[in-house]
Amino acid sequence: MGMLIAHGVAAGMGGIRTAGDLVARMQMTRKMRINEARAYVATKLKISPSDLSDVYVMREVREELDIGIITSVPGCAKGIEAKARIAQLLDIEIASVNRLKNKINF
Amino acid sequence: MKKHLTRRGDGALIEMTSEEIMIALEAGTEDAADRGKIAPLSKDDLECLLDIFMDTNRVVSVAHGEEVVVTHDIGTLRLMGDQGNSGVGIPLSRLQGIQVHERAFCSDTMELGHIDYSFKPVKPVIAMEQQEMESALLSTIIPLFYGAMPNLGTYYSPDGPFGNPSDLLPAGKVKEAYEAQESAVEHATRDMVYVGQKLAQVGCDGINFDTTGAAGDADFKATLHAVEKLKKTTDLTVQVGMAGEFVLGMHGGLEYGGRRLAGLYCHDQVKLAEKAGADIFGPAVNTKPSKDMPWNLARAVTFVKACVEVSNIPVHVNMGMGVGGIPVFETPPIDAVSRASKAMVQIAKVDGL
Repeated sequence: MGMLIAHGVAAGMGGIRTAGDLVARMQMTRKMRINEARAYVATKLKISPSDLSDVYVMREVREELDIGIITSVPGCAKGIEAKARIAQLLDIEIASVNRLKNKINF
Repeated sequence: MKKHLTRRGDGALIEMTSEEIMIALEAGTEDAADRGKIAPLSKDDLECLLDIFMDTNRVVSVAHGEEVVVTHDIGTLRLMGDQGNSGVGIPLSRLQGIQVHERAFCSDTMELGHIDYSFKPVKPVIAMEQQEMESALLSTIIPLFYGAMPNLGTYYSPDGPFGNPSDLLPAGKVKEAYEAQESAVEHATRDMVYVGQKLAQVGCDGINFDTTGAAGDADFKATLHAVEKLKKTTDLTVQVGMAGEFVLGMHGGLEYGGRRLAGLYCHDQVKLAEKAGADIFGPAVNTKPSKDMPWNLARAVTFVKACVEVSNIPVHVNMGMGVGGIPVFETPPIDAVSRASKAMVQIAKVDGL
């Protein structure tokens, strides 16, 4: 487990603390290589690719876009709410979000 | 002459001069080039590796802006599991484990996995896994994989319905060993597709085939067939992570897409994973405990760099204990892990870890 944290500190993007989940989604849904995925997400967020892993920049960006932040702030989008906004922001399909839409569309 | 601290392949701290490190780096890359029939690392790459090993800081890292995505294996078992899965025995639910990874460890992605972590035992409890995945998907933001091992070994006696090739081959029953593996391929493919499709129904983001090829070429073949079927029938992202640096020829004659599977190294494995439809590929390169870390890391980076160069899909290299240049030690030293991470990103140019 310490190994996981060591990799994260040495070379990881930082998850929802930064934009790690967003870049991961572009690799997963479009098979994008790392530079292409970073560029795509940066364009959508209107920031530079190097800002994607800067927590100072990303904290504000995530809060403004309401796509989920690392600390527990009442009223901010959580879980599936944040993912629904991420799907729209990145113009991708997220299966669990589609499932929710199907469930509430009665 | 000044000595630099580094590690042996088993994790022990050793000292080497810069000349000794460079000799080890050259020997490591040549070993990979010779075995894989690939290009060795360039002089610049070797100089970069030397700098990484001569850095006196305990923890090293990539430069700002070079960070990559981290995916996982073993799910949350590293938290609540026993030592058999390198777990630390914290009594947490799997959902809590996923949330800890998302919000405390800042993981880019995470996965759910069954306590046995093989596909076959998941089949009878698939509803439980679907239920757990549904709950996790509602309350988390990061992409969630379902991780499990193809583990063809569970299809052979005494655990499964078919004869065990490891018993049949030494007994000279070659035909029976072939047939057992061919039958196991069919059953394992069916089970992996079943589990994948069920998880897709509840909105799972992806499937991680972990330690693919652990039981040899039949294991790899079954996985490729399952990947192909899942990509045709679901929207799942599929990650194929390998068990070792080349595919063991337990059968020897099995093919996929007209290519013989036995003996393939990662730069060939990735092309078959791509052909099957995989979205992310995870090469594994074994660490030799008796060799030093410079030798092992240069060797691993050489293999993985060749894999990244030919790949059309993201490559997330396996960087656990005993692969990717990391010592064969259950709790690897942080100096070794961070050096291996940095080298894989900066020299092999991986898309993730």
